[in-house]
Amino acid sequence: MWQSFVDLTHQLIPWFNGSLADILIIVIKGLALIFPLIIMMAYMTYAERKVIGFMQLRIGPNRVGPFGLLQPFADVFKMLFKEVIFPSKSNIYLFLLAPILAFVPAVAVWAVVPLGEDFYIANIDVSLLYVMAIGSVGVYGIVLAGWASNSKYPLLGALRSTALLISYELVIGFVLVTVVMVASSVNLNTVVESQSGGILNWYWIPLFPMMIVFWIGALVETNRAPFDVVEGESEIVGGTHVEYSGMPFALFFMAEYFNMIFMAMLAVLMFFGGWHSPFEGIPFLEGLFGFVPDLIWLLIKMSFFLFLYFWIRASFPRFRYDQIMRLCWKVFLPLTIVWIFVVALMTQLGIGPWF
Amino acid sequence: MSEMKNYTLNFGPQHPAAHGVLRLILELDGEVVERADPHIGLLHRGTEKLAESKPYNQSIGYMDRLDYVSMMCNEHAYVMGIEKMLGIKVPERAEYIRVMFDEITRIMNHLMWVGTHGLDVGAMSVFLYAFRERESLIDCYEAVSGSRMHATYYRPGGVYRDLPDKMPQYLESKLRSKEKLEEINANRQGSLLDFIEDFAKNFPKSIQQYSDLLTDNRIWKQRLVNIAVVSPERAMQLGFTGAMLRGSGVEWDIRKNEPYSVYDKLDFEVPVGVTGDCYDRYLVRMEEMRQSTHIINQCVAWLKANPGPVMSDDHKVTPPNREDMKDDMESLIHHFKLFTEGYCLPEGESYTAVEAPKGEFGVYLVSDGANKPYRVKIRAPGFAHLAAMDEMSKGHMLSDVVTIIGSQDVVFGEVDR
Repeated sequence: MWQSFVDLTHQLIPWFNGSLADILIIVIKGLALIFPLIIMMAYMTYAERKVIGFMQLRIGPNRVGPFGLLQPFADVFKMLFKEVIFPSKSNIYLFLLAPILAFVPAVAVWAVVPLGEDFYIANIDVSLLYVMAIGSVGVYGIVLAGWASNSKYPLLGALRSTALLISYELVIGFVLVTVVMVASSVNLNTVVESQSGGILNWYWIPLFPMMIVFWIGALVETNRAPFDVVEGESEIVGGTHVEYSGMPFALFFMAEYFNMIFMAMLAVLMFFGGWHSPFEGIPFLEGLFGFVPDLIWLLIKMSFFLFLYFWIRASFPRFRYDQIMRLCWKVFLPLTIVWIFVVALMTQLGIGPWF
Repeated sequence: MSEMKNYTLNFGPQHPAAHGVLRLILELDGEVVERADPHIGLLHRGTEKLAESKPYNQSIGYMDRLDYVSMMCNEHAYVMGIEKMLGIKVPERAEYIRVMFDEITRIMNHLMWVGTHGLDVGAMSVFLYAFRERESLIDCYEAVSGSRMHATYYRPGGVYRDLPDKMPQYLESKLRSKEKLEEINANRQGSLLDFIEDFAKNFPKSIQQYSDLLTDNRIWKQRLVNIAVVSPERAMQLGFTGAMLRGSGVEWDIRKNEPYSVYDKLDFEVPVGVTGDCYDRYLVRMEEMRQSTHIINQCVAWLKANPGPVMSDDHKVTPPNREDMKDDMESLIHHFKLFTEGYCLPEGESYTAVEAPKGEFGVYLVSDGANKPYRVKIRAPGFAHLAAMDEMSKGHMLSDVVTIIGSQDVVFGEVDR
């Protein structure tokens, strides 16, 4: 499908020379990915408010449009027209650079995310490494925001986020190592491809503890409850966001939601067989659900993880930040290191269909 | 190298966890609190001074506004002080009604507390679950006094009116379907007492629900256990009362130790903590809600069996019957005197304390024989608790300060007065 689209583009623009056409195609591909993502992000905020609302005996947004469906747009317009306030003693350049630094990596990671067998923007050999690298850059946005605001609560938030993200980068790194070990590849496409052949071939079975560690790590990395100490509404008011308003704030907000979607996507790609149907290899059901496109399976699985974000948020109290650190260094890190050896052993002995 | 300085953080008064208008000056070493300095007075309304310039009855409403989440308990202390100095007898039915509403108030306060405490620690759902039940109790307030918060229901000599025979029901509206309307009115078919009885029957399930979300939750425990430990001796020295004192393991409850009203005729237990940390205080308050439900059940049973007057017939203090006023000169004079001059208290002073949901709420009345008090001093439990803020939060982290504020259950209406 993707290939035919690319061919079509090539035919349509013969007057461009080769390299320029390639650039144009990349831009078009990028836009074709980003626009649905933005819509998705907008409706995720709506879904979050509705889901948590129902969990808390509330109704959620229902004023703008039918069932409040236009609420995200109302929010966007509000953000667009709000005044951007600069704290009087802040460094304006850093202050404005921060949201950009947070937002750009959150979008850039999507370049290597495969949405189907031949459905991606870039298929680089070391896409998992790229994900790690770009993901870490996003921290600078938050740290800079805390620093540039020249205010006390944001600085506390920035300190917290630096400590947390550095620690959990490590844990997530080790989790990715186990995935790479099982798949024998650093390429996301290959990781997904090697999970083909039914639900039992997915990596959530051999890497079950890693999957849980990864998901908790994802909650931390995206600053979501119960690890939302960087914002810490009731403690440090809003953390790094305190001094931001209008579009700069919206950029932080969007970055957070892009990251959430991305982490959910990564969990699906690495542990839940990506776009593969869960009924693969089951005689009757495979045919019955054969008509469902790959992309739909991917989105269904991803939506479940997004729902998990909301569910967790509505259920748990917030951790204290030193407790999150303890959890990381004393529980997750040893666990992941041990599991690397377990995976190594399983690979050597060739247990199960995964190796 | 430059000299290291502590980080001074101005926590509040505009802070989501400041429970109103608390202003804390925190000196932080990293995230560890070295000193917490509460600044109060931002909600000072001069209640004590205002009361000096008004006839006694007109200050009852101010009592509601002190601790604005446990309204009727405050009234109770004030009204009891006046009764004590006048030496008038309150009908037993009125006493039972007062006790029942004291306990309803206690549950209301603790529901508010569990919700906001949860919210401070980050569990947002408990808040809305707690408010679902609180709504029913506020409806009881409304049914009995016409006001959902500031009831002014207790009066010297009894209570303003007897309990209504009919519980107000929800009305039809275009936002509610017929089935929905029937469903929400199902427990409002009978009298107020039936409604309260129904509430008391279902409420333990709701407590269990909050408990399921919090009590054994590992995160909740990590955040509360061993935070702000106060030893029993220290708790007494600091002047703690109520759940703060009982959480430290001191069995002191004015309802038991110096029973007022009809508490000596009722069966209930006083929960006591062991370690004196935030978690124990949490458990104590949760158990208090169960005990209050038990008391409410006893009161409802008694009130159903024993109709009678709810107001003393000493019309120097209580308003006379409206019908009598039509053809009885004395009643008319009583009415006129009561609502213009009020009544005079004999010269002297009294201190009356009740076990308010937050601790010992006391009213110290000094009278010079006039129709207004010479001096009213209010002993608010939250003031003593807040004074221990520095000691309780020293060495803990910034996030724990929020937990401690929640655990102290301070309300600034009574702290600042």
